[in-house]
Amino acid sequence: MTPESLIVLALSIPLLGALFIALNDRRPDWREGVTLLASLLLLGAVLSLLPVVAAGARPSVDLFEFVPGFPLRLTVEPLGMTFACVAALLWPLNSLYSIGYMRGNQESHQTRFYVCFAVAIAGTVGIAFAGNLLTLFIFYEALTLSTYPLVTHKGTEDAMRAGRLYLGILIGTSIGFLLLAIVWTWAVAGTLEFAPGGILAGKVEGPLVSVLLALYMFGIGKAALMPFHRWLPAAMVAPTPVSALLHAVAVVKAGVFSVLKVIVYVFGIDFLRDTGASVWLMWAAALTVLLASFVALTQDNLKARLAYSTVSQLGYVVLGAALATSMGVIGGSMQIVMHALGKITLFFCAGAIYTVTHKTEINQLDGLGRVMPFTFGAFLIGALSIIGLPPLGGSWSKWYLLAGAADAGQWALMGVLLLSSLLNVAYLLPVAARGFFVAAPSDALAVGGPPLAVREAPLACVIPLCLTAFGCLLLFFHADSLYALLAPITDR
Amino acid sequence: MIAHLPALQVVIPLVSAPLCALLPAGRPAWLAAMTASWLAFLIAALLLYQVLAHGPISYLMGGWPVPWGIEYRVDALNAYMLLIVAAIGAIVASFGRTVVEQRLSLPVNKHPWFYTAYLLCLTGLLGITVTGDAFNVFVFLEISALSSYALISVGRDRRALVAAYQYLVMGTVGATFILIGIGLLYVMTGTLNMGDLAARLPAVSGTRTVRAAFAFLTVGTAIKLALFPLHLWLPNAYAYAPSPVAAFLAATATKVAIYVMLRFFFTVFGVQFSFETMQLDKILLPLSLVGIVSASLVAIFQTNVKRMLAYSSVAQIGYMMLGVSLVSVAGLTASISHLFNHALIKGSLFMALGCVSYRVGAARLERMAGVGRSMPWTMGAFVIGGLSLIGVPLTAGFVSKWYLIVGALEKGWWPVAVLVLATSLLAVVYIWRVVEVAYFKPAPEGLKVREAPLALLIPTWALALANLYFGLDTSLNAGVARLAAQGLLGGAP
Repeated sequence: MTPESLIVLALSIPLLGALFIALNDRRPDWREGVTLLASLLLLGAVLSLLPVVAAGARPSVDLFEFVPGFPLRLTVEPLGMTFACVAALLWPLNSLYSIGYMRGNQESHQTRFYVCFAVAIAGTVGIAFAGNLLTLFIFYEALTLSTYPLVTHKGTEDAMRAGRLYLGILIGTSIGFLLLAIVWTWAVAGTLEFAPGGILAGKVEGPLVSVLLALYMFGIGKAALMPFHRWLPAAMVAPTPVSALLHAVAVVKAGVFSVLKVIVYVFGIDFLRDTGASVWLMWAAALTVLLASFVALTQDNLKARLAYSTVSQLGYVVLGAALATSMGVIGGSMQIVMHALGKITLFFCAGAIYTVTHKTEINQLDGLGRVMPFTFGAFLIGALSIIGLPPLGGSWSKWYLLAGAADAGQWALMGVLLLSSLLNVAYLLPVAARGFFVAAPSDALAVGGPPLAVREAPLACVIPLCLTAFGCLLLFFHADSLYALLAPITDR
Repeated sequence: MIAHLPALQVVIPLVSAPLCALLPAGRPAWLAAMTASWLAFLIAALLLYQVLAHGPISYLMGGWPVPWGIEYRVDALNAYMLLIVAAIGAIVASFGRTVVEQRLSLPVNKHPWFYTAYLLCLTGLLGITVTGDAFNVFVFLEISALSSYALISVGRDRRALVAAYQYLVMGTVGATFILIGIGLLYVMTGTLNMGDLAARLPAVSGTRTVRAAFAFLTVGTAIKLALFPLHLWLPNAYAYAPSPVAAFLAATATKVAIYVMLRFFFTVFGVQFSFETMQLDKILLPLSLVGIVSASLVAIFQTNVKRMLAYSSVAQIGYMMLGVSLVSVAGLTASISHLFNHALIKGSLFMALGCVSYRVGAARLERMAGVGRSMPWTMGAFVIGGLSLIGVPLTAGFVSKWYLIVGALEKGWWPVAVLVLATSLLAVVYIWRVVEVAYFKPAPEGLKVREAPLALLIPTWALALANLYFGLDTSLNAGVARLAAQGLLGGAP
């Protein structure tokens, strides 16, 4: 099969999947079978594109002329390839986990859930493969709208408020800032194509570069750069598989991916370095990293703490992009992958804990590590990867980011990165530590039942979280192939 | 036959109108109205095809040569308008018969008169669009206006009568102003043919009479198209008219008035006179901006959803006039394509509301609690229409918004571009109020609401899907609009 048809296939598999899921509304086993099948097919399609792109080809396909002069264009380049791989790899795992979680918690409207999930994946693939800014924008909005029913899945008053915030911030920033930035770009550059080295060099001057950059950065609300991060903690009301989708597979990753894409292929890192237009962004990102970590420390709700941790970790990616050095950009891109695997593990664990015990607060977790050893073991691995300790994948992205900061001569930012790692230790490790080392309170588990009996979540939940934890480990040893794939993106 | 298409476009609905009145109530009258509407649609499609393939068509009524007879002249712009009007007419006419009739305040034996009025309204709107004769425009304007007063007044809500009366007063003032304008032009040039007017006006354009004519025509058409602050007749008229009537009028009547304005400003008076001598854009720009903002804000606070959509229409008209005031190809393309896109948007929204009010009895916000679950298809169409209204990509509404922003940026009007985007967010707010009530509020106890019948769902969904289709394939809505815009700026058609 030609790479071009593989691209079209990768976009149509989740859409067709959504259709067949909807048709199997009354047959849950079939419906979930279709979900798994579609996710595996997508993984196959994306993985067979990988060697083509790694060999240096940039397959491209025009779907149709959208507004005259603006084709809906899909082009695969290394950055998008990486993002698509992350999404395609995590979808099957997340689907398996969803089956365990949704059935374990007897959630309603499961067909709607799986349909929206598949459409959201299609949107993610579209974002990853977008060949120009307009295509990126279209799929970006499609992703926002298709995840809205997922965020509000529970249909409660809380879910409605969260959905309002979710939609308000994401649509508000994207239409208010991002679309404006795109039209502005078109007006000055005369093109919206992603081109190596950027399209804006020499077209915009002076402080206007910073203004345009700000429109893009705040316009991409999914990157959760403060002060537009509130939607992410609010969206915690959704079922856990949705949180995993938001935090690891698709939504926030689509945001920071778009940030990288805009900085590398629209502005061009040379242009940004020469004009110094991204210096403010480094500090905005650094501020987001630190502030969100501090807020995370104060949260007792496990999912809320993880959410603020995500806001902080996304700041790393934006920081890497803002450094405008190739090490920084590669570090940021790696952070997408590493954080995805680490954070999805943590969310899977949080969901597994909820499924078994219905506990959501961290202070209720005392002693649970001995009841759910696999879950808490995986949590520990995920946490260590996010902190950035070897031998886990997260250490590489932190390494490259530090190298990028050093390249840019930003010594203070290196300090920020190190301080933030310490904060990560402070808010993530106590969770695992409580589970393993603090004795269970006498009333809850010890009395009445066998005190130390292992009681794990359904297998469909436990298997994925063990796999993603193992993935964190694997990535540490295979980071060189990821580096080799990503290295060309900053070449002209 | 093909040669007579421009005449048939008007004659078929005109002849079918009295025919409907003679037919027995019930199915025969409805069938006649629907057949005539679909025939008109077919003719409009053929005309557009011919114009695109062979250029403008000139048709002499009764074979009388131009200065004496009436000329029907069809170029890209009015072929496009004819298609909009006829397409919406055909789809609205297909809206389930029993349902429509149930919403009327007429006794059963008077139902055929409803179809007569509808066909006359269609005749008038098509006539205004197809004709190349200024006085003929006025005649058809009156035909469409009088019949639309009748259509509004048959709404079941008693306030429909007052609304129709308000519209009657304002509409008559508008039509009279237009007539005075045309009369003054005739005095100065001795012709009523638009082509001749365009040729002779420059010689006398310095006179006060022509300026007065310009002013009368501006205000007259501004009333007709509900330009802020002359829009006060519109919200009540749309809110209390039966839903299919609201869908039809919202999608066509104001659009045709905008067409008249475009035709007079660009073709008859010419760009030079309208925008350089008279500086019309300086008036249109602030009015349209204020209209967009204020009407969007008012829409947010409405509890009657039909009224909310009516205010939203006023805001959307503001977008169209904003495009006109840019006086550029991109701006006019935005306006003209928004004529088309907004017809699809409001058509689908009003028809979805028609389905809702058929089942729950009223289009009030609080009555819509829970309908998202009990009427998934209806609300699905409403959401698609709403997204298109907001201007989400891959819907028709995005296309016109895109051109509008491009047009504003070409001129370097940053604040205008920002305002257009910011007001899209207001649309998010008022559409989402409805969505939240429909999907999240539990339905009241004991009220069983079923999905709307297929006869309503099919036309509603036809329009909803059109919103998506024309968001993807923009060759018709934006492509032809661009041609028409170039035609308008390039001088006479």
